[in-house]
Amino acid sequence: MNRADDTLPTDRPGGAGAARTVMAAPDVARALRRIAHEVVEHNKGAEDLLVLGIPTRGVELARRLAALLGDLEGVEVPVGELDITMFRDDLRHQPTRAPLPTRIPTEGVDDKVVVLVDDVLYSGRTIRAALDALSDLGRPRAVRLAVLVDRGHRELPIRADHVGKNLPTSHSERVMVRLDGVDEVPEDSVSIAVGETRAGRPSTPAGGTR
Amino acid sequence: MRHLLSSADLTRDDVRLLLSTAAEMHEVQRRDVKKLPTLRGRTVINLFFEDSTRTRSSFEIAGKWMSADTINITGKGSSASKGESLRDTVMTIDAMAVDCVVIRHMASGAAHQVSQWVDASVVNAGDGTHEHPTQALLDAYTMEQRIGSLDGARVAIVGDLTHSRVFRSNAITLRTLGADVTLVAPPTLMPSGIGPWAEADGLTLTDDLDEVLAGGPDAVMMLRVQRERMSGGFFPTAREYTVGFGLTRDRLRTLTEANPEAVICHPGPMNRGLEISADAADAAQSLVLDQVSAGVAVRMAVLYHLLAGEEVAA
Amino acid sequence: MSDLLLTGATWFDEDGSERRGDLAVREGYVTEAGSVEDSYGLTTVDADGLVVLPGFVDLHTHLRQPGREDAETISSGSRAAAVGGYTAVLAMANTDPTTDTAEAAEHVHALGKACGLVDVQPVGAVTKGLGGAELAELGLMHRSRARVRVFSDDGRCVADGRVMRRALEYVRAFDGVVSQHSQDPALAGPSACCHEGELSGRLGLPGWPPVAEASIIARDVMLAEHTGARVHVAHVTTAEGLDVVRWAKARGTRVTCEVTPHHLALGTELLGGYDPVFKVNPPLRPDEDRDALREGLLDGTVDAVATDHAPHARHDKEHAFVDAAFGMLGLETAFSVVHDLLVAGGPLTLADLGRVMSRSPARIAGLEGHGRPIGPGEPANLVLVDPAARITVDRDASHSLARNNPWHGRALTGAVHTTILRGRVTAREGEPAA
Repeated sequence: MNRADDTLPTDRPGGAGAARTVMAAPDVARALRRIAHEVVEHNKGAEDLLVLGIPTRGVELARRLAALLGDLEGVEVPVGELDITMFRDDLRHQPTRAPLPTRIPTEGVDDKVVVLVDDVLYSGRTIRAALDALSDLGRPRAVRLAVLVDRGHRELPIRADHVGKNLPTSHSERVMVRLDGVDEVPEDSVSIAVGETRAGRPSTPAGGTR
Repeated sequence: MRHLLSSADLTRDDVRLLLSTAAEMHEVQRRDVKKLPTLRGRTVINLFFEDSTRTRSSFEIAGKWMSADTINITGKGSSASKGESLRDTVMTIDAMAVDCVVIRHMASGAAHQVSQWVDASVVNAGDGTHEHPTQALLDAYTMEQRIGSLDGARVAIVGDLTHSRVFRSNAITLRTLGADVTLVAPPTLMPSGIGPWAEADGLTLTDDLDEVLAGGPDAVMMLRVQRERMSGGFFPTAREYTVGFGLTRDRLRTLTEANPEAVICHPGPMNRGLEISADAADAAQSLVLDQVSAGVAVRMAVLYHLLAGEEVAA
Repeated sequence: MSDLLLTGATWFDEDGSERRGDLAVREGYVTEAGSVEDSYGLTTVDADGLVVLPGFVDLHTHLRQPGREDAETISSGSRAAAVGGYTAVLAMANTDPTTDTAEAAEHVHALGKACGLVDVQPVGAVTKGLGGAELAELGLMHRSRARVRVFSDDGRCVADGRVMRRALEYVRAFDGVVSQHSQDPALAGPSACCHEGELSGRLGLPGWPPVAEASIIARDVMLAEHTGARVHVAHVTTAEGLDVVRWAKARGTRVTCEVTPHHLALGTELLGGYDPVFKVNPPLRPDEDRDALREGLLDGTVDAVATDHAPHARHDKEHAFVDAAFGMLGLETAFSVVHDLLVAGGPLTLADLGRVMSRSPARIAGLEGHGRPIGPGEPANLVLVDPAARITVDRDASHSLARNNPWHGRALTGAVHTTILRGRVTAREGEPAA
């Protein structure tokens, strides 16, 4: 979901796993702008906001969101990165990987309104891990969740406060987010293809493999 | 990766993986809550037959900060204690279904042998004069933090090579990372067969420390010399050793002039005044304390990669 | 003791020519060879496809009794020896207490006789308690019922030149021989555990260099020349050491030497796993030395193959490599290893093998009934071997009490079929007689 190794191509006409685009670059931009408005509306301004992106693509989205928030309110909104590798509950099912950086601005998280940002919300386990990671860093006043895409199939009681697009999917489909600046693409896109995501797969309902 | 027994077990990718993980683990040390839940429920035994407060506490802290249950066991002395063989000792521990045994032993090869006998993962924390892989990793980490990439870096390792496990592991890891390694020692402290060995592994040999320092290497690693070596006939006197191979104040100056960015490492504990002068030990370029700090982070990374992921078949 | 008729056997005459036919054995002697006229009352042993050699004689075995009966006894060692095709073994003196008196030697001798599966010839210590300082009662041991002729401090080297000289002078009187474990303790060092070279350097194992062996051999052959006595080099392992022996023999010095199967077949490359089963004194050596040893067997510089069978209790081996006991088993596998390595595809013939595993060692040890030619009137100390048999070594099937077997799992060509001691079958197809 947010690993750079989702390798199925987005545009392979007629081939197995041919993808269909559900959000083009302008859609992504509009969604982020709307989320920024929602955030300041709910927070009644930009005070005490701290935007933390979950690597990999959440970091880019967080950066953009923080910039948008800053434009809206005319202040600089702090932004950081929160890696959750060490807090995952499914480490035993795959080879270990190096954790990515966790960078928290010097003001820390205490008493902040943390806005977690990720690209795709699926089982909810990543967010649960993020909440654990966050609680070891300090005590935020509140934690909000902003995601670009919610594809359903929650396995934990986690919900996003701000959603770019609701995208009902089946387990046999993959959601691929490509961002200019992270992936080698000229512009942003979100697409769906047939074929399961390799990394970070949630468990399937009883009877499924993994 | 099921065990970490030798630096030769690690490919370049493995080393990079461990070092970048260590960098993130290092961050944890700076927080209030020095804890990651990753190894919760795992049991790590520190089985030390040889005394070492420094390495043992480093492994203990590393395990605890990863939320593993760590237990220290002092192994009984070697051949002297009849009755229980080494195999009996470790199998007793293994029968308690522990996940990991971190072993330090005075006999070369002990970690390899133990790994044949137990189901647990085995980490070599120093076996005789053979290897000390986590030391090599933390040395590489510390050097990279200060001087950048080790690929093409010029590193000199100086001292009692024959009896040094730090040298053996470092020579391997440094070469794996692409560094240029020069070994400096008197002939009686060069390991047997070093000629073909150096040629096979691309190491340079010399007994001229002054020449090496004048060439301005990027890093100089001083090894501890045990005073017992003097009585073992390896070297006439401590004084002669220092004059020929010690990092004296004069040599520190030569090094600094040749390369102001050069760093000085020492695995510790140091014999100040013997192999390393106080000036060099405390110089700005000395990484000695950084090495200690890095030790915990590196060992956290090692424990994580051995124990957190999917089980590797025996 | 039953009387036997070996049918369809192959054997070699003294000049090496091959014979085929039947052999009759009565009351402990070969009575007829070739075509047997009188086979009345003889039990037939079908020897078709088998080769009859003189029963093997081991110049170098450790039977551990008295003192370490948990590792081996004279009885279990005898069973292993019989299964291995041996009709005589020389039992080294590093027992506990040391075999350095007539009484101790007679004790070992009597135990061997009581078991009766192989002639156990005790070796007497050169020095009291193997201390290297004072001569043991060499003469009394020789006069005892054990009739000791070979003396050795094996396990230790008689390092003091003066002591070695005196020992040689002393045993010369009765044509005894000193078998020297050639290892200069000063050059080898107390913690040395393997060959000193590149691999030991990498592995961090203290080793001892070839010169530790060769320098003692050099001194001893000169002492042998000086005293006119016989010296025997136990388990030679180095090319340098062999060169010295070759030089000395060319000068007419009365020196003989032995080599073990493991030093012929195994080498330093096995150290990498730190498996103590490969820890042995003297140590396994690199290729160059192994090649030299094989050359030496062929050109006669090496007189004999001896096993240096060294059983150990498990708890003495299951230590870190540097702490583990030295030694490997060898009695049951010696023939198969040497045959597989050097005869099956190789330059040695079975007749040669008979020479190095029986005739020469018997001569060196002064065992008159063993290593004899095969023919009428000779004592029936024989071994029937099957050159075509394929075996896979299983250490748990061993008759030794110990399990420190470096050959476990190896497939070898050539096996001992039947062993006959003075006409009595002592082992058959891997099983000792009751």
